[in-house]
Amino acid sequence: MPELVSSNKVKSIPKINDFVVKFANVNGSGSASANNMFAKAVFRMGIPVSPHNIFPSNIQGLPTWYEVRINESGYLGRREGVDLMVTMNEQTIKKDIDSVLPGGYVLYDSSKALEKNLIRDDVNYLPIPLKDICLREFDKPAQRQLFKNIVYVGALSAFLNIDFKILTGMVSDQFRGKVKLILPNIHSLELGHQYAVDNFTCPLQLQLKPSKKNKNKILMDGNTAVGLGCVYGGATVASWYPLTPSTSVVDSFGKYCKRLRIDPGSGKRKYSIIQAEDELAAIGIAIGAGWNGARAFTASSGPGISLMQEFLGLAYFSEVPFVLFNIQRVGPSTGMPTRTQQGDLLSCAYASHGDTKHILLFPSDPKECFEYSADAFDIADRLQTPVIVMSDLELGMNEQVCDRLTWDDKRVYDRGKILTAEQLEAIEKYGRYQDTDGDGIPYRTYPGTHPNKGSYFTRGSSHDANAAYTEDGNIYAQVMDRLALKFKTAVKYLPKPLVNGKKKNKLGMVYIGTTHSAIQEVLDSLGKKGIAIDTMRIRAFPFHKEVREFFDNHELVYVIDQNRDAQLKSLLKIECNINEDKMHSIRNYNGVLITAQHIERAILGSMQDLANTSAGSA
Amino acid sequence: MSYISKPRFQHPQLKTNDLGLTRRDYEGTLTTLCGGCGHDSISAAIIQAAAEMSLEPHRVAKISGIGCSSKIPSYFLSKSHGFNSVHGRMPSVATGANIANKELSYIGISGDGDTASIGLGQFCHIVRRRVNMLYIVANNGTYGLTKGQLSATADLGSRTKSGEESLYDNIDLATLAIELGASFVARSFSGDKQQLVPLLQAGLTHKGFAFIDIVSPCVMFNNTDASTHGYKNTWENYVALSEIDFVPMRTEISTSYAAGKEKEITLHDGSVIHLHKTGNNYEPYDKENALHHIYEYKKQGKIATGLLYINQSTSDLHELQDTVDKPFNMLSNHDLCPGNEVLNDINETFC
Repeated sequence: MPELVSSNKVKSIPKINDFVVKFANVNGSGSASANNMFAKAVFRMGIPVSPHNIFPSNIQGLPTWYEVRINESGYLGRREGVDLMVTMNEQTIKKDIDSVLPGGYVLYDSSKALEKNLIRDDVNYLPIPLKDICLREFDKPAQRQLFKNIVYVGALSAFLNIDFKILTGMVSDQFRGKVKLILPNIHSLELGHQYAVDNFTCPLQLQLKPSKKNKNKILMDGNTAVGLGCVYGGATVASWYPLTPSTSVVDSFGKYCKRLRIDPGSGKRKYSIIQAEDELAAIGIAIGAGWNGARAFTASSGPGISLMQEFLGLAYFSEVPFVLFNIQRVGPSTGMPTRTQQGDLLSCAYASHGDTKHILLFPSDPKECFEYSADAFDIADRLQTPVIVMSDLELGMNEQVCDRLTWDDKRVYDRGKILTAEQLEAIEKYGRYQDTDGDGIPYRTYPGTHPNKGSYFTRGSSHDANAAYTEDGNIYAQVMDRLALKFKTAVKYLPKPLVNGKKKNKLGMVYIGTTHSAIQEVLDSLGKKGIAIDTMRIRAFPFHKEVREFFDNHELVYVIDQNRDAQLKSLLKIECNINEDKMHSIRNYNGVLITAQHIERAILGSMQDLANTSAGSA
Repeated sequence: MSYISKPRFQHPQLKTNDLGLTRRDYEGTLTTLCGGCGHDSISAAIIQAAAEMSLEPHRVAKISGIGCSSKIPSYFLSKSHGFNSVHGRMPSVATGANIANKELSYIGISGDGDTASIGLGQFCHIVRRRVNMLYIVANNGTYGLTKGQLSATADLGSRTKSGEESLYDNIDLATLAIELGASFVARSFSGDKQQLVPLLQAGLTHKGFAFIDIVSPCVMFNNTDASTHGYKNTWENYVALSEIDFVPMRTEISTSYAAGKEKEITLHDGSVIHLHKTGNNYEPYDKENALHHIYEYKKQGKIATGLLYINQSTSDLHELQDTVDKPFNMLSNHDLCPGNEVLNDINETFC
C-alpha cells in the first residue's frame, strides 16, 4: 500500500474553470501527447484553455513542463502560480512542489515514497502508484513507461470532472482504426480514473464545468497556421534550413501542400520545398524565386536571421519580393533555443548594412498567423520588398484558442505592378526603377516576358532608374529617396494599430504580438482598482500615423517589450520621435511568455514611484 | 558595369540566324573589364554560341555573384534578364529562379573566388540538387577586383604578379563537380573559341546541371610566367581530350567524318555533339575514367580540357520534385488557393 501523504487534509479554495495545471515531465518520455490530450479535452468541454510548452533544447532526458491555464473569462496568457502539479520528474520535483500555491494539489507517483523534504503542510497530495499500476497491467517496457502518462490523465478526469467520454472519443479519433492502440489507451485512462475514484474524494475543489465559450473557436498553434496561410496565400516555393522554433512552419506547409497542392490531372506538385544547406542558401533561393515571379518564403529564427542579413539588403535595394517568417527565440547567439522572446525587432527592422528598412508584421494569435502569412505575399508583391512576419516561439509552438479561420473566396492575389508583354508593347521606354506613379513603387517584369522589351539587370550595386550601374552620387541618392518614399506608401497596405479605450486619456499601453494574451487580464484587474488605461496593439512596421497620435493623446504610455533592451520602445523613439518622458518601459526577458501579473506589478510599481517622487518634491 | 552604351549601327549584311537575329542581338553593353581579359573572350564565345544555336535571348536568365567574372552577364544577351546577386551566392539565387520557371534557360556565371572560396558550399549543393542550368566559372586563379590575391583554384607553387606564392593545393572545380554528381562537366580555355563555343552550346542544351570551368587569364594580376593560370602556361600545357563540334537540333547534318574517328552524342532535344578523337581514345561517360585522366595530366603539369564527363540519364530538380508542367510563376489563384470550404474542413480538425 503506498504511503498516503496528507491527502485532502489542507483546506482548498474552490475554483471552477479558473486554475492552472502544470505537468513536470522528462522529455522523450511520451508525455507530450498525454498532456495535449488533457488540454484538448478541456477545450472540447467548451472552456477557454491555453497550454504552454516549456521545453529543453534536447531530445531525451531533460526536464520539460506543460503548463495549462484554464480560464472561463478567456484570459489566455500565462498565470503565475500552480494549482495542481503533476510531478513526473525527480530532477525537478523539489522546485515543482515549491511552485504550487498554498491550498493547491500535488499529483505524484507513489510507487516510491515521497522524501520528507518534499512534504509541505500547506498543499494536498494526490499519491497514485503510476509505475506499479503500469507494471501490473502491461508487459512491454515501452508500454509501462508510456501509459503512466495516460493513467494520470485518467486520474485527472476524476479529480477535475472531465467528461470521460471526451477522452475516450479523442483516443478513438487519434488512433482511428488501430484497435491495438485504442484499447490499451482507454484501459489506462480507466485505470487512472478508477484509482482516483476509489482512493480520493472526487472531484477536488478544482473543477471543470462544461461551458460554451469555445463556440466557433479552434485550438491551433501559430506555425501550423503560418504554413496553412502560405498555402492560401499562393506560395509555391519554400526554402529553409531546419531551426527550432521555425521548423514546424515548413512541416505544416508541406503537410497541407500534400493534401491541397497536387494537380488532380497529373498527380504532380504545385509547390516545391527545398531544404537548403544553410540559411544563406535558403534566403537566396527565396529571392531567386521571388525575382522570377513565384511566391516564395523561408522560415527561420535568430541565428538563421543573422545569416540572412546580406541577402535582405540585396532584396531591399534591388526590390525583390519574398516573405521571411521569423519565429523568434531567445538570443543573443544560441541563447535559449527553446524559449520565447521578442528580441529581433531592431535587427529585423533595419536588417543588413547601409540604409535599409523592412516591412514587419506582428501576429498575436494563430488566426492572425494565418491571415498575415497570406497577406504577406500580397504586401511583398505590391511593395516589391521582403516582408518579415515576426512570430515567436510562444505563438509558433503552442496551441492557442482562436476564432475559426476564414477565407474570402472572392479575394484575388495582389501581384503588384507587373507589366505583361502587351503592356510592354504599349509603352515607349521601360525603366525598372522608374517611379511612374509617384508612390515610390516601380514596375517589374518577369524574365522571359517580351522578346525586345522589359529586360533589365537586377543588382545590389548602385543603379539608376533603368537599372544600369551608376556611381553618380546624385542618382544614387534619388534611388534611396524613392525607396524611402516607397516605405511611406507601404503603410497603407499594412494592418493598422488597434486602439482600445477613449481617444484621450491619461494612461496608455503599447505592445505587439504575444503580449496581447495578457492585456485583457491586466485591464480588468487594474479596472477593479480604479485605474483606466487605453491600449494600442501595433500590428506592423513601418508605423502608421495613428501610432504617434496615440502618444500625443496620452500623458504617459507604458511600452511593453519581451526583450531586455526595450526594442519596441527604441523603434518608436527612432521612427516617431517620441519624447522619452512620455514612455515607461515594461520588459520581460526570462524566456517565457510575459504574464498579466508581471505587467500589473510594473504599472503599480511605477505609479508608486511617481507618487513617492512627487511626495518627495512637494 | 554598363554605363557606357554601345553604338547601335551594324553592318547591313550581317548574317541572321533562324530567328532572324544577328550577332548584335546577342550582345550586351560595352565591357569595362581590362583590355585582354579572358572574360571578354568568354562573353564573345557566349554571344557566338547563342546566336549560332538561335537561342531566344529573352528566354534566357543570366545570374551571377560578385567579382570580375560576375560582371560578364552585362556584356552578353542584353535582351535577357540578369541578376548580379551577392558574393558566392549565385547558386541559391539560380536554384530559386529555376524552380520558379522551368521553361527558361539559365546561365550562371561565377569566378574562382565566387565559387571555390566564399561560395564553395553553395556550389556543392547546387550540383547535388541537379538544377537544370549552365554554370560557368571564369577561372583566373586570382581575385582581380581586389587587385591580385591568390584564389583557391591557384595551383600549388603558382605565383601572382606581386610574387605571392600559393602554399596550398588547389581546389579543382571540375573534378569536384564530377564527384558531386554534375551530369555535364567540361573544361576549356577562354583563348580557344573553337573548343569553347561548341562546349557552351552543348552545355546550354544539356538537360541537367552542366558545368564548364574556363581558364580565363587575368592580364593585370595573374598572367606572369610563374602563374599556372596565365596565357603562356595555359597555351603550353593545354590538352584537349577530344575535339568537339555541336550541331543544333534544327540543322541538317552535312559534314561527314572519317569512320572510327568520331563519336556522336545525341542530346535530349535532338542536337548532336561530335567528339573527334585526338589519339586519347577518351570516353566521357565514366566518372572514374574522367577523374583518372584529369589527375594523370595534372601530374604532368598539363590541363585536360574538352568534354570531361556526360551523363544524360539523371533527373533534374524539377523531375526529382515532380513539379507540375506549368511554371510556378504562371499559376493563378485558381491553381493555388484551396478556398473557404476546404478551410472549414481544416477548422474541424482543430476543434
